[in-house]
Parts: sequence; C-alpha cells; structure tokens
Amino acid sequence: MNRILEKQVLNPTVTRMVVDAPLVARKAEPGQFIILRPDAEGERIPLTIAGFDREQGHVTIIFQVVGATTMKLNRMREGDFIHDFAGPLGRPTHTEGLKKVAVVGGGVGCAIAYPVTRKLFEQGTHVDAIIGFRTKDLVILEDEFAAHSTRLFRVSDDGSWGEKGLVTQALKTLLEAGETYDEVITIGPLIMMKFVCQLTREFGVKTIASMNPIMIDGTGMCGGCRLTVDGKTRFACVDGPEFDGHAIDFDEAMSRNSTYREFERHAYEETCRLFQGVQ
Amino acid sequence: MPNMTEKKYPMPSQSPDERRENFREVALGYDAETAVSEAQRCLQCRNHPCVSGCPVHIDIPAFIHRTAEGDFAAAYEVLHAASALPAVCGRVCPQESQCEGKCVRGIRGESVGIGRLERFVADWHLARGDEAADQPVPNGHSVAVVGSGPSGLTCAGELARAGCQVTIFEALHLAGGVLVYGIPEFRLPKEIVRREIQGLQAMGVKVETNVIIGRTITIDELFDEYGFEAVFIGSGAGLPRFMGIPGENLKGVYSANEFLTRINLMKAYEPNADTPVIPSAKVAVVGGGNVAMDAARCARRLGAEVTVVYRRTRAELPARQEEVEHAMEEGIRFCFLTNPLEIRGNDQGWVEAMLCQRMELGEPDASGRRRPVPVENSEEVLEADSVIMALGTSPNPLIKNTTEGLETQKWGGIVVDETTGRTSREHVYAGGDAVTGAATVILAMGAGKTAAQAILADLKAT
Repeated sequence: MNRILEKQVLNPTVTRMVVDAPLVARKAEPGQFIILRPDAEGERIPLTIAGFDREQGHVTIIFQVVGATTMKLNRMREGDFIHDFAGPLGRPTHTEGLKKVAVVGGGVGCAIAYPVTRKLFEQGTHVDAIIGFRTKDLVILEDEFAAHSTRLFRVSDDGSWGEKGLVTQALKTLLEAGETYDEVITIGPLIMMKFVCQLTREFGVKTIASMNPIMIDGTGMCGGCRLTVDGKTRFACVDGPEFDGHAIDFDEAMSRNSTYREFERHAYEETCRLFQGVQ
Repeated sequence: MPNMTEKKYPMPSQSPDERRENFREVALGYDAETAVSEAQRCLQCRNHPCVSGCPVHIDIPAFIHRTAEGDFAAAYEVLHAASALPAVCGRVCPQESQCEGKCVRGIRGESVGIGRLERFVADWHLARGDEAADQPVPNGHSVAVVGSGPSGLTCAGELARAGCQVTIFEALHLAGGVLVYGIPEFRLPKEIVRREIQGLQAMGVKVETNVIIGRTITIDELFDEYGFEAVFIGSGAGLPRFMGIPGENLKGVYSANEFLTRINLMKAYEPNADTPVIPSAKVAVVGGGNVAMDAARCARRLGAEVTVVYRRTRAELPARQEEVEHAMEEGIRFCFLTNPLEIRGNDQGWVEAMLCQRMELGEPDASGRRRPVPVENSEEVLEADSVIMALGTSPNPLIKNTTEGLETQKWGGIVVDETTGRTSREHVYAGGDAVTGAATVILAMGAGKTAAQAILADLKAT
C-alpha cells in the first residue's frame, strides 16, 4: 500500500501524483516504469516514472485517463492508498557520454520525456527539447522543460500554442538546418514515434523510442509486451522499454496495442456510469 | 488383511458437462470412509519403493497406515514433517511417474491412490480450522527467499521450522507464484494456496509482495543492507518461448503465461474483473505439457471449441495423465503429430487460422524421445481465432543481470550443486524452475527442501 501525497490536475485528462514509495524511489532512473493496481480488484497497469526524490522517498507518476483503471486511479485523493505499486522496472535510459541530444515528446509522453531531458541537461548535455500537444489546453510541464533544456521548441496541432504543426516538422527543420545529434530520444504516441524514426533514418541519426505496450506482470513472465525489433521478438518489460527506433516494427506494435480497444471502451463507459451513480 | 480391490476407489468429480461451464474444482476428494478403504489397499510392503519416488521423501507407508486406522491427525503429522504443501501436492503432483509409479500394487491392478489420500488428509487438516501453529525456537539466523512459488515456500517452511527468521520477497501483488498465476482454480483452488501460505506466516515467515529482486532490491543489498545471512533464489520460470513462425504477434496470439495469468491471477473470467480476456470461438493450443492442458481447459470454460496441437503422439505428452484424461472428457480435441508452420491473420490483424504440417516419429533425439519429422506435402489449415503458445519458458534475466559472480547456464538457468542448491556465490542458493527450466511443482519443492537443509548446515558451520 502506497500513500498518495500530492495530486495535481495538469489538464482535463492528465493527472500528476506524488506517491510515497521509498523502495522504488531509491532505485528509480529516467526511462523506467512502475506497475500499479489502484485497488484489490484492479488491473495491473504500467506507468512510466515521471520523477523521483530519493531522499524523501517519493515517486511521481503522470497519467492520462484512457480506461477504467486510470479512471479509478484518477478518482483517488491525496491521502488515499494505492493498493500495489511495484518497481522500478525496465532498463534506465542510456545517457552516458551523450553530448548533444534532441528529445521529442508528444502529448502525455512528455511526462516521460521530462525526467530524461532533465537528467541530460543536468549532466551538461546540449538538449533540444521538442514538445508537441494537440492544443493549448493539453499542454503539460512547459515550465519544467523550459528550465531543463538548452532550447525548447513548442508545437501544437492547431497552432494555439507555439508553432502550428507536428513535432516531426520542427525536428525536420532543425536537421535540415544542419543540426547534428548524437541521439534523438522520442516518447509519445506510436504513430508519432514511427514518423520521428522515419525522419531520423533519412538523416542517419540514431534514435531511441520508448515503447508502452500491453503488460500484465511487467516483470518478465507473461510475454504480452512483446515487440518485433530487428526481426526478433523482444520483451519491453525486461529488454526495454526503450529500443532502437529504426529497428522497431511500429505497425505491428500499433496493431497489438489495439487488441483490447473494444473491451477498454466498454469498461471505460461502464466505469463512467458507475461513478455517475455514486455522485 | 489389506483390501485387495484391484482398482483405486474412483475420485468423485464434477461431470464433464457440468464442469466445463465453471471454474470450480473438478475433483471433489474422497470422504473419510473411502479414504480409509483406499488406504487399506496399501500392503505396507517392506521396501516401500513409493518413498524413493517422492522428491520430498514423505514417509508414505506411515501416513497411509495412520489413514487406514482412521487417525487422520497422525497421518497429517507424517505428511507435514516432510512436505510444506501437502494439500497442493496431493492435487498437482504427477503421481503416476513418482510414488504411484513405483507402488507394487500397480504390478497387478492399480497402484494405491497415494495422491488422493494425501489430498484427503491435508484437506481434513485444513477443514479443522486454524489452530495455533507451533512456534519454532528462534536460532538467530535470518534468510531471504526470492519468490513465493513452490520452491520458495518449501524452503521458507523448512527454514522457519528450524527457527530461522525468513522473509519471502514476491514480485507480484499476491504470493504463491505459479500456484496462483499458472495453475487454474479448477485444479488447485486458490483458497488452499492462501491457507498454506497463512500456515507459514503463522510460523513467523514474512511475505513482502511487490518487491522485484534484481530491480527493487538486489541480491547484494539483501546481504549488505538488510543483513540476511543467506539467500535462496526460487524466482521461477521466466519469459515465454515462441516458435519463431510468421504471425506469432498477431492479435489473438497469447503465451500460455499471459492467458493463464489473465484468468488465474487477475480473475478475468469473473464478470466484473477489470482485466480483460477476449472471448474466442475457436482456440488452438500449441504444446503438450501441463500448462498446455491448463490453458486448453480454461479456454474451454470460457466457451471455446479447443484443439490441442502437439507434434508427437499421445504417448509422449508430457502432461500429467489425469489432466489429459480430464481435457479429453471435457471435449477438447487433440491433433497429434501436428506442427504449426504459420499463423494467418485477417486484414484487421486478428488471427483467423493456423497452417500446420503433419509429422511422423523418427529416430530418438537427445532426450530419448523419438524426434518428430515433417511429412512432405501434408500442410493443412486449422481454423482458429486465438492461438495459445504453451512451449515452455526461458529464465528471467533480472537476477542474473544484476548479481555479479552468479554463474548461469548458456540458456540462463542458474548453475547449482544439485545436492545442496549452492550457487557460485557464497551463501546464495537456488532451486526450482530458475535452475531447471520449466518443471513440476514437486521437483521445485524438492529443490527448496534440499537447499534449506544446506542453508541450515552452512549457517551452523559459520
């Protein structure tokens, strides 16, 4: 059982929580994730670690309400206890020796992109952060990115915030202008990461993509999180969640991630109704 | 005079028609009268070959003798002295290749139903309710056990009984390992696992869930920071194997681990479970072990027509005999001498069929079993909207990758001295599937027990 210490609504569908989890905080590194169950009947879901404070023993998670479980989590308040909270899982992001990096984040993926951006910036790496959102109301962590990147590029689909356009366009502009990077790190919707990787392949820039497939145990047992990388089956929970973006079969990953879409929609609506009944 | 009835007393069971609609336990267990009659079939022969077939060396003739006398409490004491989990073993051990396989009554007629009697006695004990457990005298030593499956629980039980302060670390949210995520409710009710674990806790064993050794805490930290004097690794089987054929990542293809975890651990078959399992009309299960049978029978209970695809013949099926019989009774079809070549999907990325090839048995391979070889031009298409791969597992790499000096096999299994469970790291022991690769509950328990004895001896020596 882990107590929720802080809860903050970042935008209408995205929430930030600080959770008391000393064992996880001690080991957490950018790029890793946790598995949680909100209550004793709940589903196990993976969430990437958005921040941690080793001394205080706190771990920050940022999540978007997309299904029944995240809705349940979002109903919880400061002082409530999350039933199960296990981690850190997955391999940390490799940051050693990187001199110049572009971090490309989209939507709630920016929550995951932030800790690695910050770590790179604090170790003296030149970091160009490109963050994109659909519209102004959905923007999260703008100040944090601004404070922990060398240059920040803001884009939105509708032009209501920053430049109008997609993160790939902003990245392309930089690459075409002759910017070179040791690495591009991309975190966001699969379709966005797919196009980021296509672009960087053309320019020959090594790219790491952070994958978020379906998981159950998250510890290397169920195999639900498998992906095809370089023609081989790999498991996001123990081999990842980050992989060479140029080797990932994104189309397959997108198809697999849609497995439970119907079920999730149904469960989401059911849970909505349930909560409406309570209110 | 022993009871010379040639056959075992039949096990009362839910009928196949009834049970394929529910997840309740199939076998219902003997009543006291039947148990006494069955126990009287034991000849109490001088050489008791049954004991040599038991990985944890239960004094089988002694517990059967007490049962035949109707002294079930005494019978339980005999069981409990050797086995930490008798109610589990009575249900899931492959008795036909262990104790019962050696029983002299089996030469003419059927062996004594040792497994059924073990189950009866253990259940009789559990039904009496929780009594105060004997509190062992502390010996001042503390030991960490990694994983709460059969090997970890057995090791913890043995150590606790000897007075060690034992802490079990479990990665999942619930203790029990394969007993809770793998073996289905209808074969091993989870209440029984819970009760057995409670029994250990009553002896002072601590269980810490949601701790992933190798991530949350490393093996080295268990010694240096937590002060444990010895560590037993029983982290179990790991990542599921796949065949490497086209179409294995289509929607509707699951590893047996995933399918069973959704159902057993997450209770996806219950109407208000949060974890989904997608209903299928036609399921193909690839493999022939106990896990394949469990997956097939779960799929059947969720309403599917189920076909088990196995590349050898019925005689080579590695699954426990009773499970195969139960599966067949439940209407599960078996395609023997059949090997998948490709899984085909529709334009939405969902499975719709599996292309298979006929096989025939050739020369024996390294395992001594005859090697299946393809029959030319024998491809056939099996319709299926789900495919479950039950092909075994390869060890979880987390502990290996984070523990310096821990020697492993090429395929990832932890190297141990078989007679002690000692690994290449001092004070670190291992057993169960993490060492052997996928095997049985009772072999894992045997390894847990062996390691516990070595740990106790080594602790005493230091």
